[in-house]
Amino acid sequence: MHELSIAMSIVDAALEEAQRRGIQVSAVHLRLGALSGVVKDALLFSYEVACQDTPLQGSQLIVEDVPVIVFCLQCQKEQLLQSVQLFACPECGAPTMNVRQGKELEVFALEVKEEEVRR
Amino acid sequence: MSEPRLVEVRRNVLKQNDVIARALREQFRATGVFVVSLVSSPGSGKTAFLEKTLTQMQPRYRVAALVGDLATENDATRLARSKAPVKQITTGTLCHLEAAMVQNALADWDLNKLDLLFIENVGNLVCPSSYDLGENLRLVLMSVTEGEDKPLKYPTIFNSADVAIITKNELAAAVEFDWESARKSIQSVRPGMQIFRLSAKTGEGMEEYFDFLSRQFAEQRAVAKI
Repeated sequence: MHELSIAMSIVDAALEEAQRRGIQVSAVHLRLGALSGVVKDALLFSYEVACQDTPLQGSQLIVEDVPVIVFCLQCQKEQLLQSVQLFACPECGAPTMNVRQGKELEVFALEVKEEEVRR
Repeated sequence: MSEPRLVEVRRNVLKQNDVIARALREQFRATGVFVVSLVSSPGSGKTAFLEKTLTQMQPRYRVAALVGDLATENDATRLARSKAPVKQITTGTLCHLEAAMVQNALADWDLNKLDLLFIENVGNLVCPSSYDLGENLRLVLMSVTEGEDKPLKYPTIFNSADVAIITKNELAAAVEFDWESARKSIQSVRPGMQIFRLSAKTGEGMEEYFDFLSRQFAEQRAVAKI
């Protein structure tokens, strides 16, 4: 299980970006590709551990699953892969290794903690 | 209530590893070293296969190996019998190698004195797939005793590799290994993948693989010289 070290890298990256912008973060948005080799549940669990005793403690990790998109030479267009166990065009069945999307492991946005609304 | 404010940052989480891997790849290119990494589950015969590879390639090439392992140095001791330079990377609790570990391990080696460098990853079919080590070629090993559907169970690592090696072929008949089904599983997760079926124990099929490595090495040297 390498999700804990990945979670720690996510926390490091988020903290660095937050500090640079002078913001406090309530949630970290992550794009996670189906080919990233990272297990989502293990990552969510690890994230909590990795946040402990950092300014991100109590923050949320929001994961956006990114499916694999391949380019089919036969159909001349991008296609959504139905399963990572079958690298073939869902339309014509031609095998393809032309991966256009699905390897993402990217912190793409931070949610800013709003000041408590006061009367 | 207003929507929470989102700030776009776009940070690749493994950027640090990728940057080091890129630097390693450039260093390998500049020194003309062809780097082959090996991934597999524990017990698929990586070390026996690597020992044979080092011994057989040594008369023709200057070879060396880095071996990753969680705790022991047994693999390095075994590989040292080949008389090739071998260094152990003990990862402790870490289940995979990262580019920085390779960089550290190579710090006191003169790459100009090498032709082929082998990197044996920790026995694990999940975690190593996320980490680029700067290698030219990634081999994924699978023994005939593991079941033909292994690639379907671990598609990501097979997809990240360049070549599949079916090991322990001397046991194929005993375990009723279904070659056609294994081949289909591999092609399903990694269309076009080259497959070698061999036995490090009897030597069957090893020559073909050595020829392949030699050709790959020659191609890389030709490109590096341009």
